[in-house]
Amino acid sequence: MNPERPILPNDIPNFNDDPLTRENVFIAKLDDLIAWTRRSSVWPMTFGLACCAIEMMATSVAKYDIDRFGSGPFRATPRQADLMIVAGTVSHKMAPRVKRLYDQMPEPKYVIAMGACVCKGGPYSKFGYHVVQGVDLVVPVDVYVPGCPPRPEALLEGLFRIMEKIKLERITDRTRERTRPLIQNPKVGEVA
Amino acid sequence: MQTAEIFAAIKTKFPDAIVEENTTNRDPYLKLKPEAILLVCRFLRTDPRLLMDYLACLSGCDYGTSHPLAVVYHVESIRFKHTVVLRVDLPRDHPVIESVTLLWRGANWHEREAFDLYGIEFSGHPNLKRILCAEDWVGFPLRKDYQYPTEYHGIPCPLTVHTLPDKDKQRH
Ligand code: SF4
Repeated sequence: MNPERPILPNDIPNFNDDPLTRENVFIAKLDDLIAWTRRSSVWPMTFGLACCAIEMMATSVAKYDIDRFGSGPFRATPRQADLMIVAGTVSHKMAPRVKRLYDQMPEPKYVIAMGACVCKGGPYSKFGYHVVQGVDLVVPVDVYVPGCPPRPEALLEGLFRIMEKIKLERITDRTRERTRPLIQNPKVGEVA
Repeated sequence: MQTAEIFAAIKTKFPDAIVEENTTNRDPYLKLKPEAILLVCRFLRTDPRLLMDYLACLSGCDYGTSHPLAVVYHVESIRFKHTVVLRVDLPRDHPVIESVTLLWRGANWHEREAFDLYGIEFSGHPNLKRILCAEDWVGFPLRKDYQYPTEYHGIPCPLTVHTLPDKDKQRH
């Protein structure tokens, strides 16, 4: 190359000229890439408390096949789970255990409240002396899926909402500024 | 054996134990004195004509604050396929009755449940503590005069949540 001559755009090697790179290099923002990998493998915790859990199981087997969306591995330990699907009636006796399991999950963690019971007491509203009136009194809830019980499609929709939340997150944002649940249960002290 | 024959057998053996005989109910029952329950049950369990070896259900009952509490026993014989219903009334302020766990092991959890939800004490029970509610729960929830708690371990209880003024219901 003639050092006298100014550098022209055509002098810069073009990736598209090289067939190998043309087929194998993609350009993406790191945030998007990480969010894409994270939301493609949201692992839920094995955690069924009452009848809604049956519908959660139906979601995970062949007909509705939650595995298509990367959430197939229901983990038997909170330490390996990203998502807690609270499926079923939370009694006052169970609430401290729910809280403890939630505390044992590593950040970032998400909670789906599945069913009317978990959203607001459901059939045990008002006179259900033993039922916590909404699990958001115990742990912060990201997505509410109402229904008694909700159909598997509804639970999948809830999972997609979680994925949309993950899509918004940035790796520099450690406190989940944009996607933190609104209700942070200030009323609950040490229940564990 | 027919129900009437079983009632007759109990009456001839324990003439003093019976408070009332109800045959008009769809489920006829014998109301017994509380102190007789263990003897009558042992008779039902061991008599060769009866052989009631299965306690199908033991329930606590509350018929309202002006009535006594009750315990109802549904006893069956698997061999002869006959059934009898016994009922015992207990005072509301101090309901105590003898446990039948020695005769039917299945009574264990039933009695714990009646203790948990109605506060009926079963003397001689091997492990009489709450079975469904948490151990430090206050009160007996299925009694008609139950006072609902306002909170349990910092979590507000149903009536508190549902009677809050509207602005507090947001929970923020
Ligand atoms: S919402 Fe309905 S189906 Fe789900 S746990 Fe409650 S009662 Fe059962």
